[in-house]
Amino acid sequence: MDAKQALADLTEISSQIQAAVVFDDQGKVAASTLEDSRRSDELAKAAGGLLAAADEIKTGESALTQLEVATGDGSVFVVRTGKTVIAATTGSNPTAGLVFYDLKSALRTIKPAAAKKPAVAKKTATAAKKKTAARKPATRKKPDAS
Amino acid sequence: MRRSIAALLGIVGGMLAGAAFIRRQAAHRERADLYFEDGSMLSLTSGSPGAERLLPLAREVIRTTRST
Repeated sequence: MDAKQALADLTEISSQIQAAVVFDDQGKVAASTLEDSRRSDELAKAAGGLLAAADEIKTGESALTQLEVATGDGSVFVVRTGKTVIAATTGSNPTAGLVFYDLKSALRTIKPAAAKKPAVAKKTATAAKKKTAARKPATRKKPDAS
Repeated sequence: MRRSIAALLGIVGGMLAGAAFIRRQAAHRERADLYFEDGSMLSLTSGSPGAERLLPLAREVIRTTRST
């Protein structure tokens, strides 16, 4: 699944998420719920800055994987898996566990495409489609058999 | 007389408890929770040096999404 579709699904599933952006460790935006690309870049830059600042705060050896910053205006969530980062904003007092779960689910679906080069990602997507198509008849047979 | 004193104490106690609750809620409103790979979590409440660094950056993120 491409990042744009994953974000569309995310905002449909989670009513708490107001805006979201997916970007890599270089700050390059893969997808955003904001229509303006300039604002998407600004959002990715600001979220990347927040993540970098949080990285400096860490006390142990373990890497920072996710964060929530709650302000009076709303909350900011950032989840990182490898080089791919997803950041989202919500209103005040969100259900943090649910938001993290939805963000991680979205990140899991877009991770292969964002982590690899576009040509490789295309092949992976095709292979995934073939696998899905091959599995479908087996799934349909199950209810008939039982 | 005793009843009125008890009622007065009850009202004052309730007001103090309410004020403490509101203050606690306000303190919890602004915070930063950091989650690490090993499962540990660090919660920085408003007023701590870490939170004071992250909160303005988070406000900037929210401002970016809401600006027209």
